[in-house]
Amino acid sequence: MQLNRRSLLKLSAASVAAGAIGLPARAQAIDELVIAYNVNLPSWDPTVGPSAVNPTIQGLYQSVFDQFILQQPDLSPAPGLLIEWGWNDDRTKVMMTVREGVTWHDGSPFTAEDVAWSLERAANPETGNPINFVWSTLGNFAVEGNTVTADVKQFDPTIFKWMYFLTGYVLPKAYYEKVGADGFEAAPIGTGPYMVDKFERNAFVRLKANANYWGGKPEFETVTIKFVTDALARVAEVESGNSHVTLEMPYEEYDRLKGGPLAGVAKPVSDIGMIFLNDIDVMLDPNVRKAAAMAIDKQTIIDRLLSGYGVKIDTLQTPEYDAYDASITVPYDPEGAKKLLAESGYGPDKPVKFTIQTTRGFKPKDYEMVQAIVGLWRKVGIEAEIEVYEIAKHYELRAADTLAPAAFYNWGNSVGDPTTSTGFAMFGPSPHSVWDGEDLINMIGPLWGEADEDKRIAGWKAVDKYIAENALVIPLLQYVQPILHAPGVKVVPHASGALLPHLMTRA
Amino acid sequence: MQLFRAILLRLVTTAVTLAGVAVIVFTVIRVVPGNPIAMMLPPGATEADIARLTALYGLDKSLPQQFAIWVAGVMQGDFGTSITARQPVLDLVLGRLPATLELSLMALVLAVALGGTVAVLGTRLRGGRTETALDVVNGVGLSVPDFLWALVLILLLGVLWPVFHISGRVTPSLNLPFATNFYLLESLLRLRLDLTVDLLAHMFLPALALAIPLGAIVAQVLKQSLKETMNLDYVVLARTKGYGETHVILHQALRNAALPTLTLVGVQFTFLIGGTVIVERLFSYEGLGNMAIDAVINRDLPLIQGIVLLYAALFTAVNLAVDLLYAVLNPRLRHG
Repeated sequence: MQLNRRSLLKLSAASVAAGAIGLPARAQAIDELVIAYNVNLPSWDPTVGPSAVNPTIQGLYQSVFDQFILQQPDLSPAPGLLIEWGWNDDRTKVMMTVREGVTWHDGSPFTAEDVAWSLERAANPETGNPINFVWSTLGNFAVEGNTVTADVKQFDPTIFKWMYFLTGYVLPKAYYEKVGADGFEAAPIGTGPYMVDKFERNAFVRLKANANYWGGKPEFETVTIKFVTDALARVAEVESGNSHVTLEMPYEEYDRLKGGPLAGVAKPVSDIGMIFLNDIDVMLDPNVRKAAAMAIDKQTIIDRLLSGYGVKIDTLQTPEYDAYDASITVPYDPEGAKKLLAESGYGPDKPVKFTIQTTRGFKPKDYEMVQAIVGLWRKVGIEAEIEVYEIAKHYELRAADTLAPAAFYNWGNSVGDPTTSTGFAMFGPSPHSVWDGEDLINMIGPLWGEADEDKRIAGWKAVDKYIAENALVIPLLQYVQPILHAPGVKVVPHASGALLPHLMTRA
Repeated sequence: MQLFRAILLRLVTTAVTLAGVAVIVFTVIRVVPGNPIAMMLPPGATEADIARLTALYGLDKSLPQQFAIWVAGVMQGDFGTSITARQPVLDLVLGRLPATLELSLMALVLAVALGGTVAVLGTRLRGGRTETALDVVNGVGLSVPDFLWALVLILLLGVLWPVFHISGRVTPSLNLPFATNFYLLESLLRLRLDLTVDLLAHMFLPALALAIPLGAIVAQVLKQSLKETMNLDYVVLARTKGYGETHVILHQALRNAALPTLTLVGVQFTFLIGGTVIVERLFSYEGLGNMAIDAVINRDLPLIQGIVLLYAALFTAVNLAVDLLYAVLNPRLRHG
C-alpha cells in the first residue's frame, strides 16, 4: 500500500474510531471488571523481598493466594485454609487443622504438607523472608492427615495473627519445588479466588475466576487490574469509564464524583497518622510533649483538610483494634498547653523550638496537616521548623534512631493487635521505635510473651494509657480510604485497606 | 579516513563517559539518604535480622568492594538482580526499553510534523496575522511543560471526549503474538493492523504530550532558518525562474534550512527520552521511565544503576548517530 496524505488521514480516523470503540462504556453491563490500582506489583512471591512487607500490595496477593487464616473485612479472623488452630494447654505446641477438598490453580490437591512446607520455608532465613524471625518461633513440623502440629520454640501470642498478616501465605510445595523460584515468578499459582491469566510488569495483571475456589466462585469471571500509580490518572480512569473501580484519590475528587456519575464508599482503614516524638533535646521535657499534644485540634484538622474523612485517635489503637480503649483521651486544650509551657519557662514570646519532619504527598495532606499543627503550636509558644523528607529517608532515620524531635508518619496494622502498633512503634529496642525510655521498655517487655489473652490486652491498654498521659507519641487520626466505582459494581471495603475483587459483585 | 578517525574518537569518549556515569550513579545513590533494607524492615526486626538482610543483598560490603563486584558483573553482562522485582536487571531494562523507544520515536515524528508544519506555514504566510497567531500558539506550546500537556490531554481527549486510551500500552484483553517487545513495529511487520491501531490509540496522547514542546522548538528554529535561507541567492534565482512561493520553500529552501534543525532534533531527542519519565507515569505507560520512578521510590539500587547506565548509553548513541547523519547530509563535512 502506498502511503499518501489521504491514506494517512484514513488511518488516523480509523485509529480514533477504533480507540473509541475499545473504550468500555460506564453505562454498559460489566462483563470484565477493570480496576485502577494505586501500586505496581514488582514480584509474585508474597513471602520474599520488599513487596512482601508492602501493605498496599497485599490486596493483589490475596486475590491469587490464600493466607493460612482468612481475615474478614472487619479484620476478624475466620476459617480459611486452616479451619482450626490453637495451642496446647502449656503453650508448647501448636495444632492446625487443614481444610480438605481444596485444589491449587493447576488442579493438584492442596494438602497439609503445603501448610507445613510454607511455614518451614517462611522460617528459613535463606529464602529472604523479611519476617522469618516470627515464623522461626515454630519448628519440628509434623503432618498427620489434615492436621499439622509444631513445637513452639519461643511463645508468641500473636503467631496466629501473623497467619493473616504480612508473608502469611500458603504456597504450593510440589509446584514450587518443580518450577523453582523463577518458574513460580513466571507462572504463579495459589488456591485463591483468582488465577493469573496474564501479567505485564508495570502495566496490568489479568485474572480469571477460580471456579473451584473453596469460598465459592467470584462473581466476575475476568478482572483486569491496571497499575495506575498517579492519583489524578486513576480519577481520570474511572471518570472516563476506562476502569470501573479505583481507590485512594484526593478527597475533593471523591466528593466531586460520588453520587454523580460514580458511586463511592469511604470507610476507615487500619492506617493511622501520628507524630513520633524522639526522646532527645526538648522532648525530654514532659511539659513540652504534653503541650504539643494538647495544642492540636485534631477534629478541626480532619474536617478542614481531609473534608471530614478521618477518625480522631488518642492512642495508637483504632476502634477496630483488640486493645482499643475509648476512655483514654487527650483533650484539645490550648490554654492548658500554655500553662504547661509556662512551667518550663516557655511561652508565645519565648517559644520552645524544635524540628518536625514530614513527607509531602506520601499520604493525603500530610504536609498541610503538619503546617496546620505548626500553626496551632505557634499560638501556644511552640516554634517548630518543618523539614520535608522522602519516606525512604524516614525509614533510614527511624531505624538509626536519628529522627528529629518530632516526625510525622503513618502506621498500618491490619491485624489490629497491640504488639504490631503500640508494641513495635514504642518499644525502645524495636528498630521502628525512637522512644527509648526504660520505664516504657519495662512495661512492654513482659507483654511480648504473655499467654493469658485478657491479661495481655489489659496490659497493652495500660501501656497506651501511660503513653497518652506522658505524651510519648502524638496519635492524630485514623485514615479513611475513598473508593470510587461504577454504579454497576458493589464494592465491599476491607478494613485492612486491601481492595479485593472477589468481594465485588454486580449491583 | 577523517570520518573513521572521528567515529573512533567518539567511541572512546563514549566509553569514558559511560564509565564516569557508572561511578557517579553508583556513589550518589548510596550516599543519598534512604536504603532498601530500612524500607523492608519488618516490625520487631532485631539487629541480627537487619544484618542478615543487609548481607543477603550484598550491602554489608564496603563501597569499593560493592562497586568492584558490580563492574565485574557488568563487564560480563550481569547488571545484578533487582531487589524489588527479583529479576535480572538487564532483562527488566531491555524488556521496557522498546516501549520507551517507540513512544519517543512517535513523539519525535509528531514533533517534527507539528513543528515543520508551523514553520512552513509561518514562512509562507510571513508578515500577516496568521504568522502572528502561529507565533502565539507556538509560544504556548513552548512554555507549557510536557507533563502539563499530559494532564490537559487526559482531561480533554481522555475524560471529556474519551476517544483515546489514557493508561497502559495495549488493551489487556488482546492476545499479543509478539516475539519482541517492539510491539508497534512488530504489529506492522505482522500486518496485525488491529493491534497497530490499539497500540497507537494508547500511545497517541503520551506521544503528543511529549511532542508539543519539542514541536514548538522545532518550529522556532526551522522557521528562523527558513527565513534566512529565503534571502539566499539560489532561492531568489528560483523565484525569478517563476516558481511559486510554496514550491520555493518546500523544494529549494527547506533542505538547507533543515540542517540546523536536524542537530537540534538529535539533541532534543535525548532529552525527549529522559522526559518520558513523568509522562509515562501519568499515562501508566509500561516504559523505562515508569520503571525508573518505582526503582527510585523503592531504593532498588541495582535497577537504578541499570536504568541510568542505559539512559547514558542511549544519549551518547543518539548523539553519535546525529553527528554521523549531519556529516552525511552536510557536503562540507563529508568531503573534509
